[in-house]
Amino acid sequence: MIIPHAKPGSSTSNLTGEWKAFMPVVNGDKCIKCGICQNFCPEGIMGVVKKIPEIDYEYCKGCSVCANECPVKCIVMERVEDD
Amino acid sequence: MIKTKSGAKVLGDMVANCKPQVVACYPITPTTSLTESLNQYYADGKIPEYITVEAEFSALSALIGASAAGARTFTTTGGQGVLYMHEPIFATAGMRLPVVMLIGNRAVSAPLNIWNDEQDTISQRDSGWIQIYCKNNQEAVDAIPQAFYVAEKILLPVMVCVDGFLLTHAVEQVDVVDEKKVQAFLPPYKHPLKLDSENPVSVGVYANPTHYQMFREDLMEDMKVAKDLLVEAAEKWGKVSGRHYGLIEGYKLDDAERVLVGLGSAMDNVYLVVDELREKGEKVGALHIRVYRPFPREEIKQALKGKKVGIIDRAISIGAQAPLYLETLEALNGTSTDVSSFYGSLGGRGIKRIHIRDMFEKLKKGPVKEWITVNPEFTGLKVNVGKGKEVKK
Repeated sequence: MIIPHAKPGSSTSNLTGEWKAFMPVVNGDKCIKCGICQNFCPEGIMGVVKKIPEIDYEYCKGCSVCANECPVKCIVMERVEDD
Repeated sequence: MIKTKSGAKVLGDMVANCKPQVVACYPITPTTSLTESLNQYYADGKIPEYITVEAEFSALSALIGASAAGARTFTTTGGQGVLYMHEPIFATAGMRLPVVMLIGNRAVSAPLNIWNDEQDTISQRDSGWIQIYCKNNQEAVDAIPQAFYVAEKILLPVMVCVDGFLLTHAVEQVDVVDEKKVQAFLPPYKHPLKLDSENPVSVGVYANPTHYQMFREDLMEDMKVAKDLLVEAAEKWGKVSGRHYGLIEGYKLDDAERVLVGLGSAMDNVYLVVDELREKGEKVGALHIRVYRPFPREEIKQALKGKKVGIIDRAISIGAQAPLYLETLEALNGTSTDVSSFYGSLGGRGIKRIHIRDMFEKLKKGPVKEWITVNPEFTGLKVNVGKGKEVKK
């Protein structure tokens, strides 16, 4: 018998990163550390503003908002290989 | 105590004896007088909380909250009310909340019809609720404490299904076991994970693809456990009341060659015809399926294999075969049993003895699939209204 229940804060165990079909990859050399991608990321998983983004892929859903907003186009969306 | 009351009223007495802590109902034909009865018990202080809600969806939703907070809960509805509850019906089972609900079985719209068939609850058969069907009001009254017993042990909700009007409005003598005995039979409800602000949890919120199916698999497994618990509850209740029940009930089945199988009050009529035909020397019998969910597949197979079987369905699956017929057919697969399907008797067209004699006659020849129809010749009924307009295609 399993009762589906959750304690406060336990939603972090839902690794939403499993959902993505494309993953953002940052070219650090091109990055101007403007912080726009970090402000736009709906999940808040792009690291610290004004630094080169460090993406938490466990929760990144692959929505492409960061790549779309990047003014210097240093973020590319790469296909996640999935058998 | 023997009482002579309508089914719905006498059910109210038994529900009060089970001491539910929270009741939420939206009155609907044919169980309106049960909600009246429960309201009276609330006014008299026997039921501590009665929530007057604006619809059936809210009735069950309120009980989901109350049950998760640790209260024993009860509601009643029928027909359209069941359909309006459809979403919280699935949620109640998924959240493992032992709500007990009495259904006055009623046809579903459209066209609008308040009379009896079993389409409303049969359409909820995949929801994860235990379903008990009752032949008469004595069975219905006895099913209520058993329903609480099983629900609260396995943490699954239970529907007690009673044919609308045919039983809810039938006045007959019913023995209602008194409160002391019921309370001795029914241990207090303790949910292992109740909602509590000191130890906060949320119930049934969200499951990823990785987890969701695990919960559904667990429901399937626990439904099998519920089968044993239903037998256990029936045995214990037998000791309390002197009336014994099982998952299925065979009537003159052992040496029967032809058997009619069905749910609910129609089976009492079948029993009468079995007696009548037995006097003429015909080897006929009947099988009442009291518990439809969990489906007693093995028990049905043992009871029916090798016989000529006719399944009475008072609900249909439009575009496919009748539900009970299909499930019984699957249970009997590979046993070389002739299985016929009689479906219909919808929207208040009762099954009369003349139809049952007819069905037993048809079983002699071999498998048939056909509607149960009321022939106007039998009833003197002239149908000249509500025929509908035929549209040329």
